[in-house]
Amino acid sequence: MESREIVQQKGGHAHTGQHPGPGRAAPHRPTRDELQHIQGWGADLDRKDRPGVPMERTPPRFIHQPEGDPLQQQEKIEVLVSSERPGITQVFGTVQPPAGLSGMLRRLAFRASENDLRHWLLLLLADRVNVVEGIADDLARGHIPNVLGEMGIKAELKHNPAGLAKKAAIVAAVVGTAYYLMERRGRPDRDRHAEHRLSFDPRHGPPESGGADPGRRNRCA
Amino acid sequence: MLAMNYRGPYRVRAEHKPDPVIEHPGDAIIRVTRSCICGSDLHLYHGLVPDTRVGHTFGHEFIGVVEEVGSGVHKLQVGDKVLVPFNVFCGSCFFCDRELYGNCDNMNAQSSAVGSIYGYSHTAGGYDGGQAELVRVPMADVGPMIIPHDIHDDDAVLLTDAVPTGYQAAEMGDIEEGDTVVVFGAGPVGIFAAKSAWLMGAGRVIVVDHVDYRLEFVKRYAQCEIVNFKEVRDMAEHIKKMTDWMGADVCIDAVGCEASGNAMQTLTGRYLMAQAGSATALHWCINSVRKGGNVSIVGVYGPTFNAVPIGNALNKGLTLRMNQASVRRHLPRLIEHIRAGRLNPKEIITHRVPLEDVSDAYHIFSGKLDECIKTVLIPPNTNQVRQVTASTMH
Ligand SMILES: [Zn+2]
Ligand SMILES: [Zn+2]
Repeated sequence: MESREIVQQKGGHAHTGQHPGPGRAAPHRPTRDELQHIQGWGADLDRKDRPGVPMERTPPRFIHQPEGDPLQQQEKIEVLVSSERPGITQVFGTVQPPAGLSGMLRRLAFRASENDLRHWLLLLLADRVNVVEGIADDLARGHIPNVLGEMGIKAELKHNPAGLAKKAAIVAAVVGTAYYLMERRGRPDRDRHAEHRLSFDPRHGPPESGGADPGRRNRCA
Repeated sequence: MLAMNYRGPYRVRAEHKPDPVIEHPGDAIIRVTRSCICGSDLHLYHGLVPDTRVGHTFGHEFIGVVEEVGSGVHKLQVGDKVLVPFNVFCGSCFFCDRELYGNCDNMNAQSSAVGSIYGYSHTAGGYDGGQAELVRVPMADVGPMIIPHDIHDDDAVLLTDAVPTGYQAAEMGDIEEGDTVVVFGAGPVGIFAAKSAWLMGAGRVIVVDHVDYRLEFVKRYAQCEIVNFKEVRDMAEHIKKMTDWMGADVCIDAVGCEASGNAMQTLTGRYLMAQAGSATALHWCINSVRKGGNVSIVGVYGPTFNAVPIGNALNKGLTLRMNQASVRRHLPRLIEHIRAGRLNPKEIITHRVPLEDVSDAYHIFSGKLDECIKTVLIPPNTNQVRQVTASTMH
């Protein structure tokens, strides 16, 4: 508590003499009585009541532990397998097998281990390609995807009409500016930075601010 | 059957898909009666989790009724009402034997690092999830638990992830009596982590977020102190001031890879994807905890790479613990807490939405609109439930 006062006395005067005493860190701990109004306080204070303290226990608390590995599931579709595994698992998921261009990228990704950043970057790329494939699939089935509906426009209209108007204004501004810049194409003094700023997805809005100075926070990175 | 269907970042819809079938003798097909949208589903929804394929059905928090069982299923019968932990696990491998059900090695061919989770991309096993009318549940004798008669369905569905994950978050913090616990993130998991910290004897519980309605909710529900990080100059400095310059004894990261509050993290982690999401909450945990303190991480991060201040963690002598919750391990104790009235999970449910309106439900939750804390999706087959509850309640 005393150290808190020290801070409040700071400032205004010459630098020396600002700190009237040594700062000391000493924690205050509430008493049990002060905590009794919390429903259930301390019910698990005794560690034997907690299922996993300090580390997981063996034998398990689990009720039904089967013996041996599960039977091997039949492979009826293509399943990509991590190169960090001895083989396919006894049981596996069978939904959305790899297909098309995204499937080719995914197969390529699985040639690299999970330890290799390329594995994950290729998968993320495949995901983006897959989105385009999804739209093509919809159209091929004669279904025109209701993109705004899929993005929850109804909820946005109902619960955030102001936000929707703002987003619409941002989109209009971006489209307008892009048009303006295209009109100016070919001029030597084009502002490349302005163009770069536009590449943010208008759905997200500008990157969030309001933390510490980014350069300072990330100095250990 | 009707199911949620992922079409790309920020785009989902409800659509008819073929019914799931028994693929393995240990499988069961569950007819879903309730499923939830989880904060970690938003990482998928925003396209941040690698190998999230178009057509995937999300939903790792669901309860339902057994519709069909495979020839190798003996403990479950058609008609049983079950809650299904979000981990898909075998119960017998090296890891399950150590109760690390979230790290089971027999269910996910596509990754050795990531366990298996229903409806959580192919990186987490390639199983469709429960935001659907029907779902394939492998190892049905092992994962699902029959819901006791005195446990409400809404409590049961929250026992599949949010409650045990919050509980394990507090447990991994190794809280001692009187400890000051700071929870970053006032979503459902943060709320239950705060609640659980009290059960484990914390002396102070502080929850940090930037959305006021979430802070007001957690303050009331978990009787904790709150901090809106937008109103403080520096998070670590603020926690030091609040704790007589010691720092917190325990910090819990219940945010994961979509943390706000730092422009550089947002840019590199969320927009450029140059790291596995923005690690702001983790930075704050490491820098706000006292020397020799514990940091517990349950917020979801993508695989591989994050810029993390490991030097500070080293110099401060921290203990870091983290995992996907091993849900099954916690259920008996958590049911005791619900029966004793020490936990009331269903009180955090703010929205009930018919499965058909899944696009709007995701948008509301993602945009933090309409004071949304937790959304339950009701599939069309549960008609009576829908008539009573298929409107938002407050
Ligand atoms: Zn969840
Ligand atoms: Zn296992």
